Amino acid sequence: MEKKLNLDEEKIGRARQAAASIAEGIMEDILPRTTVAVERAILRLLGVDGIDIAEIPLPNVVVEKVQEAGALPCGVAHWMGRTILATGKDPQEIAREVSEGNLDILDQPLYSDEEIRRALEPYVRQGLEWIRDQRRRRDKFLETLGTGPRPLLYVIVATGDIYEDALQAKSAAEQGADIVAVIRSTAQSLLDYVPYGATREGFGGTFATQENFRIMRQALDEVGEEIGRYIYLVNYCSGLAMPEIAAMGALERLDMMLNDAMYGVLFRDINMQRTFIDQHFSRMINGYAGIIINTGEDNYLTTADPFEAAHTVLASQFMNEQLGLRSGLVEEQLGLGHAFELDPDREDGWLLELGQAQMAREIFPRAPLKYMPPTRYMSGDIFRTHLVDGMFNLVGVISGQEIQLLGMPSEAIHTPHIHDRALAIDNARYIMNNARHLGEEIYFKPGGKIQKRAFQVLDEALELLEKIAELGLPRAIDEGWFAGISRSPQGGKGLEGVVDKEEHYFNPFLEAMAAKREGTGHAD
Amino acid sequence: MQIDEKRIRAYGDTFNDGQVQLSFSLPVEHGPRGDEAARILAGHMGLEEVEVAFSRDLGQGFSYYIVYGRCPSYVDLTQIQITQVEVEAMDYYEINRFIEERMGRPLVVVGACTGTDAHTVGLDAIMNMKGYAGEYGLERYPQFEAYNMGSQVPNSQVISRAVEVEADVILISQVVTQKNVHLENLTNLVELLEAEGLREKFLLIVGGPRISHEMALELGFDAGFGSGTLPPQVATYIAREIYRRQGSQSGPPGER
Repeated sequence: MEKKLNLDEEKIGRARQAAASIAEGIMEDILPRTTVAVERAILRLLGVDGIDIAEIPLPNVVVEKVQEAGALPCGVAHWMGRTILATGKDPQEIAREVSEGNLDILDQPLYSDEEIRRALEPYVRQGLEWIRDQRRRRDKFLETLGTGPRPLLYVIVATGDIYEDALQAKSAAEQGADIVAVIRSTAQSLLDYVPYGATREGFGGTFATQENFRIMRQALDEVGEEIGRYIYLVNYCSGLAMPEIAAMGALERLDMMLNDAMYGVLFRDINMQRTFIDQHFSRMINGYAGIIINTGEDNYLTTADPFEAAHTVLASQFMNEQLGLRSGLVEEQLGLGHAFELDPDREDGWLLELGQAQMAREIFPRAPLKYMPPTRYMSGDIFRTHLVDGMFNLVGVISGQEIQLLGMPSEAIHTPHIHDRALAIDNARYIMNNARHLGEEIYFKPGGKIQKRAFQVLDEALELLEKIAELGLPRAIDEGWFAGISRSPQGGKGLEGVVDKEEHYFNPFLEAMAAKREGTGHAD
Repeated sequence: MQIDEKRIRAYGDTFNDGQVQLSFSLPVEHGPRGDEAARILAGHMGLEEVEVAFSRDLGQGFSYYIVYGRCPSYVDLTQIQITQVEVEAMDYYEINRFIEERMGRPLVVVGACTGTDAHTVGLDAIMNMKGYAGEYGLERYPQFEAYNMGSQVPNSQVISRAVEVEADVILISQVVTQKNVHLENLTNLVELLEAEGLREKFLLIVGGPRISHEMALELGFDAGFGSGTLPPQVATYIAREIYRRQGSQSGPPGER
C-alpha cells in the first residue's frame, strides 16, 4: 500500500510506545488472576458440554461448586485432574456426575502437579487438535474456494430463529455477501453462562450457542461450495461468557469474533477487571484458532461527538493492537474497528471521513481493518440512508479497507428485511467494482483538508495515549475519556467472578497456546 | 388548480393520478410466475394498472419486486383530527426560568431505551448534555435532573430507578425493533406501573421514529414524540404539563 498522508512516523512510533506501556499495565493486572468464565472455558475445551436437569450448563455447575468451596484459586483443571486420576472417568462423565450429586470433585486424593497435568494431557491434546483441524479446514476452503475481493462485504442476520437465520444467511451469500454475522439476542452479554442447544426465539437477535454455531457453519459451508466462495461466520465473543464463546467458536470454526473488553465495560457496564482477564484468554484462543477479532472502538462515536472524539478511536486501536499482540494474536488477526459517523450535513465531512479511514489504513497496514457504516444520523428516510451508505462504501474502497460492514437502508427502522440486505450488497458491489482501483490513481494534496484531518487526529490520539500511559487505563475509563461514559474499576457486573491464582494454579490451554506462539512466532 | 380537500389522492405527476410505488419480497422463485404473483398481490392491495417495474432473485427461493400502480382510494382531509403534543416550544432559557419560577425545584427525569432496543440515538438526542441539532439535551438544563439509563433496560429497572430518585417523568425511547416487540414492551411498562399503583406518580412519555402521540395515548402513555423531535419540545411539554398537574392538585389552574 502506498502511503499518501505523509503522517509523522515518529509520532506513530511514540503513540505505539505509549499504548504498549498502557497494555503492560493492564497485563500486570490480568496475569495473576482468573475468572469463573475462564475456568468454564477450560472445561469446555476439555470436552465438557450439556446441561443439568435445571438446564444449567455443566461448566457452570462444576465451576460454581469449586468457587463456593473457595477452591477456585487452584483452578478447575487442578480439581478435574485429580478426579480423573482417582476415578478413571473422563471430564464429561465427571461433570455429569457432579451435576447429579454423585461425585464431589473437591473430595479427591492428593496428587502431584506433575501427575495431574499428565492425567489431563490426552483431553488437552484432543481439544487443541480439534481446533487445529478446524483451522486446517478453513485454510483448505480458503485455498480451494477463495474469497471475494477486498473489502469483504459483511452483513448481519437477526431473525431470532437460527434456522431462519441460516436461510437468510445463505440468501445473503448468494447475493454477494462475504461475511455473515449473527446478531446476538439482546443482553446475552450480561448472562454469566452460555445457553444450550438450537434456539428459535430471541430478542433482537439469536442466542449464541454452540449448536447454533454448528448449524450456521454448516449452512455457510453448503452455500459457499455452491457459489464457489468461502463465507466467513462471525459472532460475539464478548460479555460475561467471553472466553467460553471463544472456546465454542474455535471448536465450531467461526472465522471472526467481536472481541473487545472496552465495549463491554463502556456500553454494557461489565466490570473492567473481570472482562480484561476474560479477554486475555479469549484472545489467546482466537489467536490459536486463526480467528480474526473485531474490536469495537467505532462505537465510541455513537455516543461521543464523532468530530471531536475521532482521536479516541485511534487511541483505542493502538491499545487494542498492543493488548492483542500480548494475547497471542498476530497483526493479520487484528480487525480494528473504525467508523463513518460524521454528520452528513457537515460541509466537506466526506473528505474528513476519507482522511480518517486512510489514516487507519496507513497506521495499521497489516491489520484487517473493519470499517463500520453510518448509523448515528440515519432516519426513516431509507433513500437518503442508502445514498449515505454509498458514500461510505466509496471511502471503503478508496482507502483499502479489509472488512466493510454494510449499512442497511432501513437501518433506523427495524432489523433488516431480506431485500434490505440485497439492496445494501448491490450498493457496495456497484461502487466497489466501479471504483475498484480509484485509490491507486489518486494522491492527496499536501497540507490539504484530508491530510490535515489525519494529522490532527493523530496528534490528539498521541496526546491522549501519553496521558493515559501516565494515569493507567482504568483511571482514564473511570474519568470518562472514552465514549463520554465513566466506569470505575470496582463497578459494573461480574467482579465477584474474579479470583487470585494460587501456586498450584494452572490453565493447560493457556500454557499450550502461549508455548505454541513462542515456538513459531504465531499459532499455526 | 383547486384541491378538493374531501378527496385527496396520491400524487405522482398529475393531480389525482393516484400513483404509488412499493417494494417487497416474496418467498417465490424469481421468474415470470413470481412477477405475476407480485402483480396480483398489488392488485389485492387495491392498486390498479399495476406495473412490476423491476424484479430480482434473492437466492434460496426468494425474490424482490419494485411495483408501481394507481391507488384509487382517497382520503377526506376535513374528517381528520390529530391529537398532537403542544409543540409551541419555549427555548432553553425560558424553560429553565419557567421551572424555576413556577415550581421552584428541578424536575427529575429518568430516561431509558427499554426492552430489546440497543439504539440510544433518540434518547441521547433528548437527554445528553450535547443534545441534537444544536439544541442542548436535558442533562444540560439546570432545572432538570436527568438520569439516562442507556439501552436494553428492563421495565422493572426503569420503575425502580424512577421510584428511587423520585422522578417526575419517565422517558422511554424505542428506535429499532424486531417484529413489533416495542408495542408489547411499552404496554408492559404501563401494566407494571398500574399493578404497583405508580402510574399516576409519573408523567410517562415515549419517543421514537415509529411513535405518534395518538399511538402513545392508546398505549396508556401521556405523550408520544416522533422523529425530528428536539429537546426543547420535550422539555416544554414536561414543564407545562407538570405545572398544569400541580396546578390541578393545589388550586390555581396552570397557564395554557
